[in-house]
Amino acid sequence: MSNDDRGIPRTTPRQSATFTQDVNSEIRRAAATGIYDIRGGGAKRKLPTFDDLLFLGASISRYPLEGYREKCDTNVTIGGLHASNPIHLDIPITIAGMSFGALSGPAKEALGRGASAAGTSTTTGDGGMTPEERGHSSKLVYQYLPSRYGMNPDDLRKADAIEIVVGQGAKPGGGGMLLGQKISDRVANMRNLPKGIDQRSACRHPDWTGPDDLEIKILELREITGWRVPIYVKIAGARPYYDTTLAVKAGADAIVLDGMQGGTAATQDVFIEHVGQPTLAIIRPAVKALQDLGMHRKVQLILSGGIRSGADVAKAMALGADAVAIGTAALIALGDNDPKWEAEYNKLGTTAGAYDDWHEGQDPAGITTQDPELMKRFDPIEGGRRLRNYLKVMTLEAQTIARACGKNHLHNLEPEDLVALTMEAAAMAQVPLAGTDWWPGKSGSF
Amino acid sequence: MQTYDLSTGSLRELNATLHAQNETTNQTAWEIMNPRGAHAIACGLDSPIEVTVRGSTGYYSAGMNQQATVNIKGSAGPGVAENMMSGKVVIDGDASQYAGATGHGGLLVIKGNASSRCGISMKGINIVVHGSIGHMSAFMAQSGNLVVCGDAGEALGDSCYEARLFVRGTVKSLGADCEEKEMRPEHLEILRTLLAEGECNARPEEFKRYGSARTLYNFNIDNAY
Repeated sequence: MSNDDRGIPRTTPRQSATFTQDVNSEIRRAAATGIYDIRGGGAKRKLPTFDDLLFLGASISRYPLEGYREKCDTNVTIGGLHASNPIHLDIPITIAGMSFGALSGPAKEALGRGASAAGTSTTTGDGGMTPEERGHSSKLVYQYLPSRYGMNPDDLRKADAIEIVVGQGAKPGGGGMLLGQKISDRVANMRNLPKGIDQRSACRHPDWTGPDDLEIKILELREITGWRVPIYVKIAGARPYYDTTLAVKAGADAIVLDGMQGGTAATQDVFIEHVGQPTLAIIRPAVKALQDLGMHRKVQLILSGGIRSGADVAKAMALGADAVAIGTAALIALGDNDPKWEAEYNKLGTTAGAYDDWHEGQDPAGITTQDPELMKRFDPIEGGRRLRNYLKVMTLEAQTIARACGKNHLHNLEPEDLVALTMEAAAMAQVPLAGTDWWPGKSGSF
Repeated sequence: MQTYDLSTGSLRELNATLHAQNETTNQTAWEIMNPRGAHAIACGLDSPIEVTVRGSTGYYSAGMNQQATVNIKGSAGPGVAENMMSGKVVIDGDASQYAGATGHGGLLVIKGNASSRCGISMKGINIVVHGSIGHMSAFMAQSGNLVVCGDAGEALGDSCYEARLFVRGTVKSLGADCEEKEMRPEHLEILRTLLAEGECNARPEEFKRYGSARTLYNFNIDNAY
């Protein structure tokens, strides 16, 4: 740096680690508007993740399977505990619930096409079941949400499984909001609300509270559907040990457990970033709850929240999950946040990869919108092909790792195949810190 | 008249039998004995049959009803006729919490009182209560009509949308964005029809109408608490 007028060297301008540019820009935005920031997606802050874990691979004591010739199965059956028609999936990667309303009809169709081609399931969302997704999803999970938008017994009976949504990783304890810009005639009609108003989704169910009520609610849904289809309970990663225990006690066939990296269509940024727990931290308590009840592998655990690759899938399964669910990653596979729309992202004041104002309905990629012109940019057939490819790659990646660990089924991966790179990850995943046989709290309990 | 005794039969068998009835069934009248507070009795029906339950029921009786008429000759537990789509449910006694919750259509008649959250999130159902209703009733009510011949508890119609709320007696308090509205001739006509269908002798002119002030329809930080 140069000297000042007196010849004294200037110090380097120093940015605050507390008042960062991001923080300052949010303070200025808040001061200008008086409204908190609402956005889509999941937590963007740096968190301990599956990237902080490594597989050990084979050694003298564990011999590997040959990569291209020896079998490594990937199938999973969900819901066999109580349902006469459990769901059989070819791969343990499912598509998480995303609403018609938040997503366009063609985007929902593409999810169905891609998932069906890959042999897995899709999930509805707040807003009901559309013909597009039922027609193109060979296995469709119907979400039962507090708002009950579009809920009806005919669609309930068309579903291959029912998912009672108690919480969402991005906003444990929060409801939803679909802003008026996205309330087209069709969305308004499905939700039985006036067009153009901001639609709120309640944060808790209207006709039950607590685990004892939930048990009776599950009974009712089973009676209405003749005990045919599995009933999942989706919980946020808030208190995974106790919530898993209570959901199993209430009669769930499967638990969907969503960490704070899991996305949402629209919620306050402060909620997304400051409520909930990282996906890495919630899986072991949930698995322990299932083990303590003697229900591990009988009640399936589906983990979601920031799953991106076959490595993430393999790590989740090694820690005890039966399957995973992807939402944000599936949207990216369809074309969301693609750099080819960079000029348009710039017009919206953002850049490819950072676009998260999904609730405003101006998605340049034509996926998180109800605007007919923007929707034309998205081809559901091509989108479905891309999703199928992505699911295939994730599965091959997970198989590659499993074979290297000597496993002939993804379910045979185990915590002993893993080490952690950081103390935090070791504590959360309860696997040894690399190079040691220890993790924080090893001799303790939850 | 077909009779099913829940003291000797199972809920599963009962509901499966009722679900097996279709539009052309000649077994149109059913009587259920000894319900003894069982949950989910006659839920998910979808045919034009008439079911009479001789006694009181637990949670979610006649849940998600379509087409059927269900008479409960006693009181009903929480969530009676929840998410009803069509048909008619009549309760001779009282109803517990969440009566008619999220109902999309049909008519729910409660000849006694209803507890809290009656008509919560209703989406087109019509509800006629001969007695009074508890707090937070018609919370986030979207559409349909709630007729109360007695009094309403605290926070009636909180955050409601386009549902019409008619109360003959007192309202302890109105919820956020709920206000008294003008009673126009078309509303009196709706009331007259519903009171007749709900077997209630009250006169439409005795009621006041409440509904949404529509100030919460678009997000505004100044509306936050």
